[in-house]
Amino acid sequence: MAMVVDVASWVLLTVGGFFVLVGGIGALRMPDLYTRMHAASVTDSLGAMLVLGGLVLQAGITLETVKLAAILIFMLFTSPTAANALASAALLAGINPGLAKPWRQEPRS
Amino acid sequence: MIYYAVIVAILVTMALALARALIGPTVYDRVLAVNMLGTKTVLLLAVAAFFIGRPDFLDLALTYALINFIGVLAVLEFFRVRAQRSLAEEKEGE
Repeated sequence: MAMVVDVASWVLLTVGGFFVLVGGIGALRMPDLYTRMHAASVTDSLGAMLVLGGLVLQAGITLETVKLAAILIFMLFTSPTAANALASAALLAGINPGLAKPWRQEPRS
Repeated sequence: MIYYAVIVAILVTMALALARALIGPTVYDRVLAVNMLGTKTVLLLAVAAFFIGRPDFLDLALTYALINFIGVLAVLEFFRVRAQRSLAEEKEGE
């Protein structure tokens, strides 16, 4: 039984690390701000969920599980809030969400 | 140890986010990258707590998540007010 939980936790941690890495590569290579936000949100939601889920399986039913759940819930609440604030601030500053050609960046009047 | 792989993945991601924060090009890209760096720090602290067997690191991770969120919102509010002010000045100038 312990073996099964260990293997499940390893799988979760590995997949979580993979998604974190993919999100990081996307945030570096995507062409404009809004697509970069999309890539970064993968690491915040899926990566964090999988990595912290794997750690929860390692911890068992202890105080650490409660702390990990608190971190996870807090991140799930705050990362959409921060993304929304970032997108609205960038829109207000006049950054166009226009990937379609012709690509022009002009301030909104 | 599986923790090694996860820690290396998170560290590489932090390096990529730092590169994005350095090359910009707009200030919002930098804010996004720094926010991402902060969340990755939280994950790194949580994994490191189990890696070196000191669960008290989880408290640090929780605190860092709180500080990161407040910091990002404060910086964004600062730039939002600045953008609004410059928009208002443009309208006055017309």
